[in-house]
Amino acid sequence: MRVIVPLQGVVQGRGGLVLGSVIPCALFYFLQLYLKRFRNDPDDPEQPTSSSPEAKPGSPLPSPSDSAGQLVDFSGLPRSFSRSLLSPRSACGPATISSRVSSIVRSSETPFYVGLKRVEEDPYDEMGNPNGVIQLGLAQNKLSMDLVKDWLAENVKEAIMGGRTSGGDSSIGGIANYQPFDGLMQLKVAVARFMSQFMGKEVSFNPLQIVLTAGATPAIEILSFCLADSGNAFLVPTPYYPDFDRDVKWRTGAEIIPVPCRSADNFNVSITALDRAFNQARKRGVKVRGLIISNPSNPVGNLINRETLYNLLDFAREKNIHIVSNEILAGSTYGSEEFVSLAEIMDLEDLDRDRVHVVYSLSEDLSLPGFRMGVIYSYNENVLAAAKKLVRFSSVSAPAQNLLVSLLSDSEFVQKFVKLNRERLQRMYVEFVVGLKQLGIECTKSNGGFYCWADMSGLISSYGEKGELELWDKLMNVAKVNVIPGSSCHCIEPGWFGFCFASLTEKDIPVVIDRIRRISETCKSSS
Amino acid sequence: MTRNHPSTRPERRKPAGATAMRLVVPLQGVVQGRGGLILGSLIPCALFYFLQFYMKRHRSPKPSSDPPSPSTSSSNLPELTRTSSRSSLSTRGSFGPARVSTRASSIAKQTDSLYYVGLDKVKEDPYHRTDNPDGIIQLGLSENSLCLDLIEKWVLENLTDSIMGTNGGDLSISGIAMYQPFDGMMELKVAMAGFMSQVMGQRVSFDPSQIILTAGATPAVEILSFCLADHGNAFLVPTPYYPGFDRDVRLRTGVELIPVHCRSSDNFIVSISALDQAFNQTRKRGLKVRGILISNPANPVGNILPRETIYDLLDFAREKNIHIISDEIYGGCTYGSEEFISMAEILDSEDFDKSRVHIVYGLSKDLSLPGFRVGVIYSYNESVLAAAKKLTRFSSISALTQRLLVPMLSDTKFIQEYIETNRRRIKKLCNSFVAGLKQLGIKCADSNAGLYCWADMSELIPSYSEKGELELWDKLLNIAKINVTPGSACHCIEPGWFRCCFTTLAQEDIPVVIERIRRVAETSKSSS
Repeated sequence: MRVIVPLQGVVQGRGGLVLGSVIPCALFYFLQLYLKRFRNDPDDPEQPTSSSPEAKPGSPLPSPSDSAGQLVDFSGLPRSFSRSLLSPRSACGPATISSRVSSIVRSSETPFYVGLKRVEEDPYDEMGNPNGVIQLGLAQNKLSMDLVKDWLAENVKEAIMGGRTSGGDSSIGGIANYQPFDGLMQLKVAVARFMSQFMGKEVSFNPLQIVLTAGATPAIEILSFCLADSGNAFLVPTPYYPDFDRDVKWRTGAEIIPVPCRSADNFNVSITALDRAFNQARKRGVKVRGLIISNPSNPVGNLINRETLYNLLDFAREKNIHIVSNEILAGSTYGSEEFVSLAEIMDLEDLDRDRVHVVYSLSEDLSLPGFRMGVIYSYNENVLAAAKKLVRFSSVSAPAQNLLVSLLSDSEFVQKFVKLNRERLQRMYVEFVVGLKQLGIECTKSNGGFYCWADMSGLISSYGEKGELELWDKLMNVAKVNVIPGSSCHCIEPGWFGFCFASLTEKDIPVVIDRIRRISETCKSSS
Repeated sequence: MTRNHPSTRPERRKPAGATAMRLVVPLQGVVQGRGGLILGSLIPCALFYFLQFYMKRHRSPKPSSDPPSPSTSSSNLPELTRTSSRSSLSTRGSFGPARVSTRASSIAKQTDSLYYVGLDKVKEDPYHRTDNPDGIIQLGLSENSLCLDLIEKWVLENLTDSIMGTNGGDLSISGIAMYQPFDGMMELKVAMAGFMSQVMGQRVSFDPSQIILTAGATPAVEILSFCLADHGNAFLVPTPYYPGFDRDVRLRTGVELIPVHCRSSDNFIVSISALDQAFNQTRKRGLKVRGILISNPANPVGNILPRETIYDLLDFAREKNIHIISDEIYGGCTYGSEEFISMAEILDSEDFDKSRVHIVYGLSKDLSLPGFRVGVIYSYNESVLAAAKKLTRFSSISALTQRLLVPMLSDTKFIQEYIETNRRRIKKLCNSFVAGLKQLGIKCADSNAGLYCWADMSELIPSYSEKGELELWDKLLNIAKINVTPGSACHCIEPGWFRCCFTTLAQEDIPVVIERIRRVAETSKSSS
């Protein structure tokens, strides 16, 4: 530390004039000494080890005459096969991949992804594999799949081919040919209508503010690109869905700053916590560019009330940052509380809308995750313009778009679907929570989404992340149920777990509860 | 230590005139360690003195961008708490709208290349034989509607079964509605491998486990760029190249494209010496070259790389220790006498270092299904496959489409018929289009594949330069009302070349197009 502290002073310009120049001077003396000793021949091939461009011997510009000489040199050499065989470089080292991607490949997976993989290897099946792992970790809703199936069986052909079975020149062209990358206009209109049906009837969504993407995942990534530069950060209240860590950060270079919420507040975000996180980030020299909220929150399942939304908007305006509101579960609410979309508030008030962006998806609310249909709904012209260009990398397949146009236009079906789906979610949620309660496990009060957020801190051997992961491991390997540990969602309190009940059938619930019981009994007896 | 360099680098970077050189050369010496001990430490010393002086004067209250170590940051706390009060008093919140990121605003503001300008123009006023006979005829979009009748017939016959399954079981609905692997279903990978072999005339077998499916070839190219190069690295690309590469490779990855110019005298086949020269020049600029991006059959020229050249490229890549991305999306659209040789075929037969070869493929051209958004990364590199698999979460294909394609691609009889008919029809149309242009005195490059011809209109341009070329392009678009892709949008070094994509035309449209070009050609010739 004695060495580092003055050096920092120097770099920050606080070391004083004399020290500030003498120390670098000395350092440069050593550098020169070092360079002199190890100086490579200028013609030496680039060393694979020299990673920083400054240290490359070959990279500084030689004078023009020099380079011309080199050129002649190269063209003079016949490109014989033997030369390339003799070259030591080709013999050693295979072609390396980029460092940004090798860090993605090497990044250790959180239990969330490890669990998903385990289920893939050994999935539970009532008949075929009754000892397999039961999936409670992946947010997918299978409760209303039968409804979708019936609709598809009846309508699939017409929906995709546009009802023109006559063989006119546009029926196949509508799906085979290039379509706008940001989605068909008909689908945007249908999606806008669908959204206003489920996000509050008074809100009218403008199809021109919609960009369609291949799932909510790229929608979030594209917004992250558009709102933040590499090294900037987003504030995200915890616990948050583990996928954010990939969607927001991986390719964009943006950071996530977790803003802890606590069980005492039923995991609602507080402005003071946001403020503190914002200031701490600033102190670290990180620029905060936005706030990402999930409403209904995932995995907790609570809703953000109107009051809090106003506070969040005020906060965003005060700090001059963006708000991304992830509302992919808006149609999957089932409780007594009313869901308020951020778009509704934007509709009522003429707050500066430029900073508000809503992410939506048809995966959750229509239980069609396989269709990969996400929505960016933004009020910001520039964001829309950039997103429209970026969506070339994440566009939705035309057959799926055509099918969704007809499906969403069938308002009778949609009404029925959403109503039944909510009832079924409600019933499953209640049953699951009651089952857990019998084991002495309490859940937070949820009003939407596919998860129960359960407090199992009574079962963990030590009150810490380690204890939580031990319990997760037991649940996975002994009880054979895959759940999301709170730590994967960056929950600050250990012992919380997310159970996705929507991918079960009603008769699976006793099986799951029984498997958890076995664990909870051993845990209690051992502690 | 590396932190100190930025202060000396700027000077080095601007060699403005002789006086600047006098300053730059010793500084270079210092950086390279050739300046001698005394000079090597005195110069930085002096520079640092000024830097400290400057910092002392202009030190901003905001913390430096380098995160300080925990110890100092905690000692900073008392003096930095003012930030919170300042920010709440700050008036910034009330003015200034929320700004988007710099990278997004540069993307949003970016002036479009003429390739995209032309495409947009057509959208506003598209030609239709009966409804809008004065509209703009699209020759700029590489799309093939010659065999849509075959596709339509197949789809109408098999659609319901392929999506819902023959017995309509529960399995099939969860197969399209529920989450599927982001990198594509195994069934489709197997079918795709079979299809690719069939397209290559069964001379190669493809391994489904080396396949990653993406939502079109566009994200396939982007994902490979992410995987093979870091921000600031470069790929060599022989010109003329497909204008979309500028977006696919550069937009988000920060990778640069270094054009390697090919000439009409070589029929636009890349030469190793040009590659070598570009490689060295790029190195001299301080950029690291990480790969070569080639398209074979080439877009926009339509020629096919000879076997010998592929060997040379592989040698070159090994010698320089770089990757090769081979875009073979037109592999099935060959119609000439020359045979298309996939990179995969060569790797199959010879013992090359495979880990540096990556093939991009897709169904947009060979099966004329661009709307389906199906692309393929076929790589021999384990790490690239692992990374790409993870990155496909952002570019996955709708399960519905995948289900539809599995039986289509597996129907070898249909595919065979399709490939043959498609080749025959392209060839026929190409011949009459090229003949039509020839009547006007416009020659086309010798092409064997693709959905376009590469026409030399240099005699029609008012001045032999990019400006002349763009004037002609403008005339073709606004007077003759046809949209073609100018060579400059493809970074072609010789002015006057244009890509005309003819496969969206019907046979009876060709005289219309030729007639329209004739009008422009005559005025151009008479004025020059």
